[in-house]
Amino acid sequence: MTVAQAGTHSSPPAPRDASEMLLLRDITKTFPGVVANDRVTLDVRRGEVHALLGENGAGKTTLMNVLYGIYPPDAGEIWVRGTRARIRSPRDAIALGIGMVPQHFLLVRRHTVAENIALGLPGESFVFPVRGIGARIEELGARYGLAVDPGARIFELSPSEQQRVEILKALIRGARILVLDEPTSVLTPQETRGLFDVLRRMKQDGHAVIFISHKLDEVMAIADRVTVLRKGRVVATQALAGTDKRALARLMVGRDIEFRLPKTSPHTTGEGLLIEDLVVLNDRGLPALRGLSLAVRRGEIVGIAGVAGNGQRELVEAVTGLRRATRGRIRVLDHEITNRSARAVFEAGVAHVPEDRLRMGIVPSLSVAENLVLKTYRQPPFSRGPIIDRTAIDRFARRMIAEYEIVTPGPQTPARLLSGGNIQKLILSRELSARPSVIVAAHPTSGLDVSATEQIHTLLLRRRQDGTAILLVSEDLDEVLALSDRIAVLFSGEIIGVLDEATADRERIGLMMMGQRG
Amino acid sequence: MPEWLLTTVSRAVAVSTPLLWAALGEIYAERTGVVNLGVEGMMILGAFFAFAVAQTSGNPVLGLSAAAVVGGTAALLHAFVAVTLRANQYVSGLALAMLGLGLSGVLGRGYEGTPLVNTLPEISGLTYLGFALAVLLWFVLYHTRAGIVIRSTGESPAAADALGVNVYLVRYLAVVFGGLLAGVAGGFLSVAYRPSWTEGMTAGLGWIAIAIAIFSAWDPLRAVWGALLFGALFHLSFRLQALVAPEALRMLPFAFTILVLAVTARGRRGQGVPEALGLPYTSGEK
Amino acid sequence: MRRLGPFLIEPALVPTGAWTLGVSVAAVVAALIAAAGLFWAFGLNPLTAYATIFAGTLADRRAAPEIFRQAIPLLLCGVGLVLAFRARFWNIGAEGQLLAGAAGATGVALFAPLPDPLVLPAMFLAGALAGALWGLLPTLLRMKLDVNEVISTLMMNYIALFFVDWLVHGPWKGPTAFGFAYTDTFRDAAWLPLLPGTRVHWPTLLLGLALAAALAFFLARTRLGFEIRVEGENPTAARYAGIDPLRTVIAAMLISAGAAGLAGVGEVAGIHHRLLFPTQVSLGYGYAAIIVAWLARGSPLASVLTALFLGLIFSAGDTMKVTLQMPFRVTDVFNGLILFFLIGSERLLRYRVRWAPARAGQPAAEVTAGGD
Repeated sequence: MTVAQAGTHSSPPAPRDASEMLLLRDITKTFPGVVANDRVTLDVRRGEVHALLGENGAGKTTLMNVLYGIYPPDAGEIWVRGTRARIRSPRDAIALGIGMVPQHFLLVRRHTVAENIALGLPGESFVFPVRGIGARIEELGARYGLAVDPGARIFELSPSEQQRVEILKALIRGARILVLDEPTSVLTPQETRGLFDVLRRMKQDGHAVIFISHKLDEVMAIADRVTVLRKGRVVATQALAGTDKRALARLMVGRDIEFRLPKTSPHTTGEGLLIEDLVVLNDRGLPALRGLSLAVRRGEIVGIAGVAGNGQRELVEAVTGLRRATRGRIRVLDHEITNRSARAVFEAGVAHVPEDRLRMGIVPSLSVAENLVLKTYRQPPFSRGPIIDRTAIDRFARRMIAEYEIVTPGPQTPARLLSGGNIQKLILSRELSARPSVIVAAHPTSGLDVSATEQIHTLLLRRRQDGTAILLVSEDLDEVLALSDRIAVLFSGEIIGVLDEATADRERIGLMMMGQRG
Repeated sequence: MPEWLLTTVSRAVAVSTPLLWAALGEIYAERTGVVNLGVEGMMILGAFFAFAVAQTSGNPVLGLSAAAVVGGTAALLHAFVAVTLRANQYVSGLALAMLGLGLSGVLGRGYEGTPLVNTLPEISGLTYLGFALAVLLWFVLYHTRAGIVIRSTGESPAAADALGVNVYLVRYLAVVFGGLLAGVAGGFLSVAYRPSWTEGMTAGLGWIAIAIAIFSAWDPLRAVWGALLFGALFHLSFRLQALVAPEALRMLPFAFTILVLAVTARGRRGQGVPEALGLPYTSGEK
Repeated sequence: MRRLGPFLIEPALVPTGAWTLGVSVAAVVAALIAAAGLFWAFGLNPLTAYATIFAGTLADRRAAPEIFRQAIPLLLCGVGLVLAFRARFWNIGAEGQLLAGAAGATGVALFAPLPDPLVLPAMFLAGALAGALWGLLPTLLRMKLDVNEVISTLMMNYIALFFVDWLVHGPWKGPTAFGFAYTDTFRDAAWLPLLPGTRVHWPTLLLGLALAAALAFFLARTRLGFEIRVEGENPTAARYAGIDPLRTVIAAMLISAGAAGLAGVGEVAGIHHRLLFPTQVSLGYGYAAIIVAWLARGSPLASVLTALFLGLIFSAGDTMKVTLQMPFRVTDVFNGLILFFLIGSERLLRYRVRWAPARAGQPAAEVTAGGD
């Protein structure tokens, strides 16, 4: 087991052996006010899956963007197959055989698979470039187990299929070093296993795979070696053999973390949220929810598990008054809220922690204080008649900042300057301060680090204790399993089964997520 | 075909020529994600320089070439401000429209009222070339590698960037190309359609060309129909002058533009719009 | 971070007021320097030209009030555009809304049998309503059908132009106008009072100043103002917060277009005392007001200063026409250049410059260079 401490390199960077495909040496990258990478060194060998482990914000994605030529590093060297490389743009990276599968896919949604793969691909004929590409897609797909219809449009594909397109894009360009950034976050457990099969085949072909993750189980399952990043620094590089989850977790977070949340058994006290036979259309006018029924009792958390795009967004929007239902009804504590306005739904006691924090949850250029009253500015004491009382808002904001430990220079700071975790705390404090009887939380911890995640989870569990009905929608199956009392699996706009926390297991949920009834 | 019908059709096609050229240019710029509201300014600059060069040299084709160069140069200014400096594309285009109208008005004072000796016919190679160009640009857009690059740059510049496409270069080229076409469109007015120079002679055609780009859903072939429709409408507003006050008739194309935009927008909300239209792109922005 | 001599250029999260002002002034100065090329092309020494302009505007006691006179419509249109832009509605139609206001006021002045003291108030009311109505259609089309408002408001400008043209050539053509295309002169009660010895119709000026103050308060301290800001900054969040986008944007646009309508009233009741050819009613104030609003960077109060600045440009345009014999479009060149330099310079607002001389022995080049 070799443990390399960051910043201790002083030897000349000659490749240590012929199997070394890639060496990033002492990479430093700073952004205004943040050192994202601090003298990071990473070496990756032929035929290995090398995990880059670290929690959100540790600098993993930044490092890979440096490798892919998206950011110029402030300092450091990149060696590819024993040669010093200068990577100034993705074009350089592609030429060196580096491929990237980003966490948020970079696909042209309205174009076909073939068009996405042909984009900027040298060697195809100038006219009718997609004609020849179908065969190559199928050939590569067969070799690695990446079946996808070349003529399909991206928006018609599931996240797993879109990921295959991203991998194919890289392979067809001759990638020998493939970077996958949090590739399992959108997959079911079964799909994850399928991806791992693909990665193993690539490994056997002599590819090097960099597997970026913050999920310990997956790293244990697929990686040969792991480099752990914490706060922009490498804390360890070691073989997976001979280590365990707990040790990795300690390296990643710097302390022991609880794998189980301290959760008491639920005290449910009657119906909180009741959804009956709900039909909702998506943006293209097609049914996204097809007669969905679900009940959330007061004092329990019901988690929605499902592959992205099966109606999660439409469900959240329908319940929170942002999307019309064409059939069915929604009730909150005996109040009918079907097709009421977002404001009326909020005033009826439904809080909404939205999926897209920056685009929906806050107005980034307005102050923290103004964002804290985004939903209550019309009510006293914040408004008297048509006039807004700034003093009252400021006083309220100071209280919230203290109570929810929001880190901000002050209430008048523009909200966009806050960190992701603090923006989420701002949103939660606003939504929870209204004493809601129902909370709809969509992806409440996506992109947050471990301690912010813990804080958010604690806040939600405390509300559950107080008798609030909580509907949790998350792509992170671990989060759903950890928080929920019951788990409802959403597939193709229907709840195809509800499992008790005690009896739920990942395998079964995974199968249901792909449409097998429980 | 009766004489009057032939005249009507040929006049309508003549007016549609500059609309088509300018609209095709705007379609390409917008397909890469850059709105250029400066079409009116680029056209009027093209009209003036085409006239001035044609008059000085006696060669209207040379005038048109000058118009293309000037249109392209003006567009380059917009590209610099909108793409490199990532400023608001709408405002930059408006500034270009103001600047074009202003410069042509200032520089062109000495040329007002003098007729052009060597002119191009109203229905000229430019008209046919316009139709051919529309077909060619349609083909390039949908069936070539360049077309995939252009469309992807307008839909998702980040996706294009990640595959090594130089987003800035593609946008520059498309905007300048649009400027060339707008310049020629303006030049057509002053050396062929109405061979003379009058300050402000584009009279809103540039704005209508932008509207055509929108309601043709950024499709070069559909732009042909849009241009012909508005060509016919402009002609109609001359023909009806015996019946209705000319001032009232001149409102017609502009009112009709709003109507067409409203009708075609219905039920199609946002569809067909290049997704990154109007958004500055910064490589590697977090 | 980049080094420029002893200065350090670094990204700034929030630009300071002084830096914003400095960048704006620098942009305007740069535009004026670029415009010098135009004088040079005209065979004029740019320095002499600017000296002449200075002598003919700021330095001339009789000409100086013209700046204020021209600033009146610019202020009313500009402060309205500030509000529309804050709601992220690209109202390019102030020109047409101004003309609609002028036409509305003229209708009252010529045809409404009102007692004298009521004529002017009725004209302002009619002008504001006509302007607001002119702005309402593009607003509804954008909010209901997603029709691009830049194009539709521009089209409305052309329609207003030909509409007024038609009015003065046809139905409203004055019997006593000797065949010219304008209406009869208004009766005395429809004339706005002027500051003695000037053409400054002060009631409209006061209206503009009051509107700027009122809108500053409105945006900062009222519920509707807050809603407009949220809607403009982040429409998705506005929907989430339960703000009705239709109501909010319509409110902003009615005020915006109504203000432009008031500007039209001021022009016909204060200056011309009749409706005439549209390009004589407005010298492009509605378009120039875009610069007033942009330069004011969202602040209604700042638009008072920026309107005065654009008033100076227009008044300088008059000097250039009369003294330097330049075509009237010269104002557009100045406006276009200023707008270009203004938006081009905005990128600088993302940075700040700090005085930080390199220490001895530390070469400046060693400081790392980076993008954003």
